[in-house]
Amino acid sequence: MSLTKTERTIIVSMWAKICTQADTIGTETLERLFLSYPQTKTYFPHFDLHPGSAQLRAHGSKVVAAVGDAAKNIDNIGAALTKLSELHAYVLRVDPVNFKLLSHCLLVTLAARFPADFTAEAHAAWDKFLSVVSSVLTEKYR
Amino acid sequence: MGHFTEEDKATITSLWGKVNVEDAGGETLGRLLVVYPWTQRFFDSFGNLSSASAVMGNPKVKAHGKKVLTSLGDAIKNLDDLKGTFAQLSELHCDKLHVDPENFRLLGNVLVTVLAIHFGKEFTPEVQASWQKMVAGVASALSSRYH
Repeated sequence: MSLTKTERTIIVSMWAKICTQADTIGTETLERLFLSYPQTKTYFPHFDLHPGSAQLRAHGSKVVAAVGDAAKNIDNIGAALTKLSELHAYVLRVDPVNFKLLSHCLLVTLAARFPADFTAEAHAAWDKFLSVVSSVLTEKYR
Repeated sequence: MGHFTEEDKATITSLWGKVNVEDAGGETLGRLLVVYPWTQRFFDSFGNLSSASAVMGNPKVKAHGKKVLTSLGDAIKNLDDLKGTFAQLSELHCDKLHVDPENFRLLGNVLVTVLAIHFGKEFTPEVQASWQKMVAGVASALSSRYH
């Protein structure tokens, strides 16, 4: 699965808007993830996961920054996320099903914050983009 | 299947009261067909689905979307017995329509996204969590009679 030119344009132009709210988007995405899918908290026994926690904010920033790296290197996401891919495969070993859950929560966060931009076409482009990112992050799993 | 707290029920019901079922139905089904184009396999008779704008403007998509969400609205009045409410529809989706239940999960998540677009800030993480339970419950009930 690879992104068309149109899809890349949509992602890159929306990213320019999104990155100004990157940190709060990251935090909100994780809040949505942990509330809707409590089983995902099993990967964070060492975290304080209360809304507003410093750890949640820091981690949310990290996650969205990585999505941003992918967007900024949209022609070669594999290369941009090599280190992260290795981290997920050898250290974190998050079950692949969770990438879909996180992607969905990020999409919902974007949809709520940028309703006018989140057309059906943009929705499709983002879903596909996050799917590509997820594939890259799990491609070294076995 | 998940258990709905009184808070879940109140959240779901009050939000649903503000939804225009016709608009949301067309939006939800349309987006399913655009974002996950393989789902078009069930709708050969719907005519032009060749582009995002064709899909979103297609009158058959809008009509069918309204039908689907109207049924969901009925379920909201019976959150404690989704299985019973959807028993016949479950058999229909298995025996006549031959729909892979994965599609119910996809549609449910598209609906959640449409609600987020429509309600914005009001669609808080807590509200979303109640709705994820709702759509998961519906998907489960709709697949419960599969054999």
